[in-house]
Amino acid sequence: MTTNYAVPVPHSALSVQAVQRRRRQALLSALRYAAIAVVLFIFLAPFLWMLLSSFKTQVDITNTRNILNFTPTLENYENVFQQYEFLRYLLNSFAVAALSTLFSLILGLPAAYAIARFRLQWLGVILLTARIVPGITFLIPWFIIFSRLGLIGTLVPLILSHMLVGLPFIAWIMISFYEELPIELEEAAKIDGATPIGAFLRVALPLSMPGVITSGIVAFIFSWNNFMFSLVLADDRTRTLPIAIFNFLTYASVDWGGLMAAAVVITLPVLIITLFVQRYIIRGLTAGATKG
Amino acid sequence: MNYLNRHIRTTFILPSLIFVIAMMIVPILYTSYLSLHVWSGSARRAPEFVGLSNYERLFTRDPRFGDAVARTFIFTGVAVGAELLLGLGIALLINGKFLGHNVVKTLILLPMVATPVAIGMAWLLLYEPNIGALNALLRALSLPPQDFLGNSTTALLWLAVVDIWQWTPLMALILLAGLAALPEEPYEAARVDGASTWQRFTKLTLPLLFPTIIAATLLRSIDALKTFDIIYTMTRGGPGFATETINTYGYIQAFEYFQLGQASSLLIVFFTLILGVSLFFIRFRRRWGTAL
Repeated sequence: MTTNYAVPVPHSALSVQAVQRRRRQALLSALRYAAIAVVLFIFLAPFLWMLLSSFKTQVDITNTRNILNFTPTLENYENVFQQYEFLRYLLNSFAVAALSTLFSLILGLPAAYAIARFRLQWLGVILLTARIVPGITFLIPWFIIFSRLGLIGTLVPLILSHMLVGLPFIAWIMISFYEELPIELEEAAKIDGATPIGAFLRVALPLSMPGVITSGIVAFIFSWNNFMFSLVLADDRTRTLPIAIFNFLTYASVDWGGLMAAAVVITLPVLIITLFVQRYIIRGLTAGATKG
Repeated sequence: MNYLNRHIRTTFILPSLIFVIAMMIVPILYTSYLSLHVWSGSARRAPEFVGLSNYERLFTRDPRFGDAVARTFIFTGVAVGAELLLGLGIALLINGKFLGHNVVKTLILLPMVATPVAIGMAWLLLYEPNIGALNALLRALSLPPQDFLGNSTTALLWLAVVDIWQWTPLMALILLAGLAALPEEPYEAARVDGASTWQRFTKLTLPLLFPTIIAATLLRSIDALKTFDIIYTMTRGGPGFATETINTYGYIQAFEYFQLGQASSLLIVFFTLILGVSLFFIRFRRRWGTAL
């Protein structure tokens, strides 16, 4: 019996250490989850506050004692859509974002393909410059030229100006996509009788669909969110949502409920898109920084 | 069609090239032209040539410009610095596997895809001195309530806080991608040599991550220098001129004062500044990025 005891003594000493180590690891892991929860709370709280306030009456918003004790109302949303023509602005925003993204893809994809295949670095640099130069540098000429052409009051200046954000972005992402695409597939298609344009349309383009979706979604969001270009180039009827909300603030600065309802209306589509295609968006937004 | 196929380079890049020349290069040239003139945008009175006097005024007789430049750099420095530190912390926190990893990555995306104008509105309500959530929180903690955006000495910093809230996730995601791409061998060797966690972080992770850090800082700095939406919607540069940056000053001079020549000279300086900062970073990265 005594000899048997000799073995468990060091063993139990070890296990005390092991238990301690395990306990420390459990504590660290719990701390890590707590820290992650705090981080998430900080990034989400303003959204939750915005959503909560959009369902409150002005009286409930003013009461900061009981933030959760209120009767939800849809009044703010009704006001926003009935009094301020939000539906029109919503449609404007959607039309501008969709069309500017579509045209950016039509121009940008072949350009990215040509830059990648024929090593046209100079064009890549020009497109990168468009991403770097402050947009306000173009605003005065745009405003003057589009006014002279009588285009202010149509969606044309908005679509064209948003394309200057979308096109370089799409091209920038797609150049690296096409560089990684093996050229053999296109060469095989050409041997089978495809023209160069056919090889692009039937081989390279379908294979690059993940990149097209990534860059297209991000370009759509950029256009949807754009404020400065639309502020100058839109008139009363062609206003997009960000401008409508901004004007809403200037003459209804005290109507916080309405303002938050308007903010929810404009943010929600983007947030929903993001939740569904998050993987693509992470790739789209971090591209250019992680490689090259 | 045959012709298009034979000249596929031209076919593919010409539409983008024409677009970029018309929408970017021509406007930059036009802005440079206007910067040498005095003009209010009137169709009846042509721009009057004044040589470099707009520039001379900008640098010698316009204290508002010098202040705006200083504020632009303070805003950028504070915001990007904080984003880098917090982003690195968050990247380390969520690096590696844990339950809900993808959910966390998706949710922290939301601030940076949300519409800046809507974010501005939500933060205006949070900062509201009387009914805002932040002062309610301060009161609950028996801390003195703040005037936030109403106080001209701190308003710029509170605006930077919004930028930090919005863009720290981007920094975190870029650095997370950088962490995921780090080689494993040096860490195994360090573990064998008995390096502590802190030593592994300072001697391995930071140097290996350095190129990614530089790229992420460049990306964010260029955008932070150009910040317009948040500042213009939340304070319009006020109180007084306390939060006026180069971008908002240029906008106000062009589209509120209609001093198109004066505004153009400011925008050309701004444009040169941004390109200069970009080139500096790119050269810096080329020299150190590959060496480390």
